[in-house]
Amino acid sequence: MRYLALAAASIIGAQAAAETPVLTVYTYDSFVSEWGPGPAIETAFEATCDCDLQFVGTGDGAALLARLKLEGSRTEADIILGLDTNLTAAALETGLFAPHGVEADYDLPIEWTDPNFLPYDWGYFAFVHGADVAAPANFKDLAASDQKIVIQDPRSSTPGLGLLLWVKAAYGDEAPTIWDGLADNIVTVTKGWSEAYGLFLDGEADMVLSYTTSPAYHLIAEGDETKAAAPFSEGHYMQVEVAGMLAGTDQPDLAADFMAFVVSDAFQEVIPTTNWMYPAVTPEAGLPEGFETMITPSKSLLFSADEAAMMRDEALAEWLSALSN
Amino acid sequence: MAVGALQLGRCSGPLIALIILGAIGAIVAAVISRSGGLALGPGDMAAIRFTFHQAVWSAALSVLLAIPVARALARRRFRGRGIIITLLGAPFILPVIVAVLGLLAVFGRGGWVSTILVGLGGEPISIYGFHGVVLAHVFFNLPLATRLILQAWQAVPAERYRLAAQLAIDGWAFFRIIEWPLLQRAVPGAFALIFVLCLTSFAVALTLGGGPRATTVELAIYQAFRFDFDLGRAAFLSLLQLGLAGTAAAVAVWLVPRVELGRGLDRSHDRWDGRGAGAQDAVVITLAFLFLVLPIGAVAYDGMGGLLVLPGSVFWAAVTSLWVAGLSVGLMLTAALPLAGWMAMRRRAGAEVVGIFGIAISPLMLGTGAFLLINPYADPGRLALVVTACVNALMTLPFALRLMVPALRDLVDDYGRLSLNLGLRGWPLWRIVILPRLRAQMGFAAGLGGALSLGDLGVVTLFADQDRATLPLQMYRLMGAYQMEAASGAAVLLLLLALSVFWLCDWWGRHA
Repeated sequence: MRYLALAAASIIGAQAAAETPVLTVYTYDSFVSEWGPGPAIETAFEATCDCDLQFVGTGDGAALLARLKLEGSRTEADIILGLDTNLTAAALETGLFAPHGVEADYDLPIEWTDPNFLPYDWGYFAFVHGADVAAPANFKDLAASDQKIVIQDPRSSTPGLGLLLWVKAAYGDEAPTIWDGLADNIVTVTKGWSEAYGLFLDGEADMVLSYTTSPAYHLIAEGDETKAAAPFSEGHYMQVEVAGMLAGTDQPDLAADFMAFVVSDAFQEVIPTTNWMYPAVTPEAGLPEGFETMITPSKSLLFSADEAAMMRDEALAEWLSALSN
Repeated sequence: MAVGALQLGRCSGPLIALIILGAIGAIVAAVISRSGGLALGPGDMAAIRFTFHQAVWSAALSVLLAIPVARALARRRFRGRGIIITLLGAPFILPVIVAVLGLLAVFGRGGWVSTILVGLGGEPISIYGFHGVVLAHVFFNLPLATRLILQAWQAVPAERYRLAAQLAIDGWAFFRIIEWPLLQRAVPGAFALIFVLCLTSFAVALTLGGGPRATTVELAIYQAFRFDFDLGRAAFLSLLQLGLAGTAAAVAVWLVPRVELGRGLDRSHDRWDGRGAGAQDAVVITLAFLFLVLPIGAVAYDGMGGLLVLPGSVFWAAVTSLWVAGLSVGLMLTAALPLAGWMAMRRRAGAEVVGIFGIAISPLMLGTGAFLLINPYADPGRLALVVTACVNALMTLPFALRLMVPALRDLVDDYGRLSLNLGLRGWPLWRIVILPRLRAQMGFAAGLGGALSLGDLGVVTLFADQDRATLPLQMYRLMGAYQMEAASGAAVLLLLLALSVFWLCDWWGRHA
């Protein structure tokens, strides 16, 4: 009964506020949490528009796309923020997205040509280890060593899928051999990033699959210099996170404003110390102090959206068969 | 006059069963209707086999180990017994990730056991593999099995223990005459319940199983849903999971004989058997206590510092979680009492299978289905907490039924004729006869349900709402934001809250 009253109150409240236009942005959960970029970005954007920016958080990037597919054209979302290039092909297939028309001078290590999605941040996958331990120089070194790693399952985790494509991009048809070699280094496989990182911090493994920028968190937020990312000579696979505008948005102008805002300084300068990724367009003030100590991979690896979509089933099958024996 | 004329929950019982089945059916139908076709993938058979094996082993070991523990606890009275029984419930109510980290602090590569072994010049142990999955599941479910079986010991009328003592029945004869029948009554149900719980395991099985070898059906559902976005396959796999669970439940119910434990006068339990086995019981209780409490202790120790750096939002999340838990317990009891009454009136307990579906259906499917059902009419995000409470109530219903149905059957046998003679029916029958004598079961079920609901991450992640988070979700968010120290503090807060809720309800139940 009490809840009915609550629900009624919220409906009435929503009607009262109907004059202020609402822009609904679907994103992943950690973006909207109080430690993520969400709150600061909401304040900054609402200061420039006479509108109400509402973030709706759902799991991670893949869960976000699943939710959009479930809702289809009935979705309330005006913007989807938080897909990566491994998901954009499937996202485009839904036919729900419209080109955003925003041009920007990206600071990405690769050329960006996709007109449908707007990159807002990026990073490199990397194995993070204790700074006092010598790290292997590449996947083959790692496989030959007795270093223990903990990774994420590609079926349930974004970084897990990233590692799969990293090995595939670096080794192509040789990927199954690499996985065979890595099998005895893998302590275990977890459902998501948090579990794996927790296990690593608790000393269950020497290295964990994360990002080259992970040590930046420890350095900047905790003043802790004991974590480092291992540079691999094959190069590092990238994750580029993007925003997309929905064709069926009921706030096209506001949505376009937001897309332009995404590549502006006000948005971009929030990213490094909340999402712990590189901003897609480096803000005027530059990167926060500490980021200059992060490793710069010798080579950036990234499948195009179509390649990634084509490659992942095969890569998953190879991974499963190498690790299931 | 047959006691059947009592007609406990004659209308409301089947009605609630129908509502539950209808809700599950609608959810599954909603998911299936969005899909193309149904087919099993190549890895699915392996996943089904692994899921089945680990669930059988986990359930069998949990129940086998629980028997001596319950027996020792049932016949001993000592200082701190109540606290031990409460603490034994702790693993069951912890969020999966916290319990896993606790287990690894003890049994992991860098854990206490390995450290001691290496210190003594031995090899560290490896927990990762099939044995690790079973170990973790026993860790989670041994307490539940212990409590369910302990309940059976306590259901034996005190007069039977007196009589046995007077007749100097001890040892093997005591086991055969008193304990074997009560085990026959309690063990199949406990086994089925734990089997079904282990069926839907995913994160624990994967992490402790050491990789994709330990792929369960639930993980295959996850893959179908988010990797392939094949809703049909996801729904089909969850129906398979449901089928496995339903079969297990049906077999268990069929195995439970109608055992007459005899009537008693609600006298307090005094035990004379088991004299001379004191040392043995002490060892059993100590070992179980250490196995279950050491990992919990590791979690608590780890999170002490984190308690001091908890952001205010975590406390708000705790308040949110408390009311979700309260709502879910209320819903669960409202459904469980008439349902249990209806089931208790039936000779063959086929209806009990209904209850088990609540935990057998994939949480991911349940959440997705609920999302699909709500989405056309309302914003699922706004209803996230109510849906969470409903799902939690559904999840805890099987435990409540497991506890209440046998007790209610005895009540009907004991007081049914007298009540009929006195013309007691309907609400007065519940108020005067049933509820006071069902208090222990209600208290335990409420405690378990409340604590479980507090610790459940479950469907709320699918609907997450920026402003209102539950405590487990907030803990996950802290972890996701690299704040592991604060996250472990939140885990301790969660542990304290869940144990308090559990202890309070259980205490209420045990003290008339």
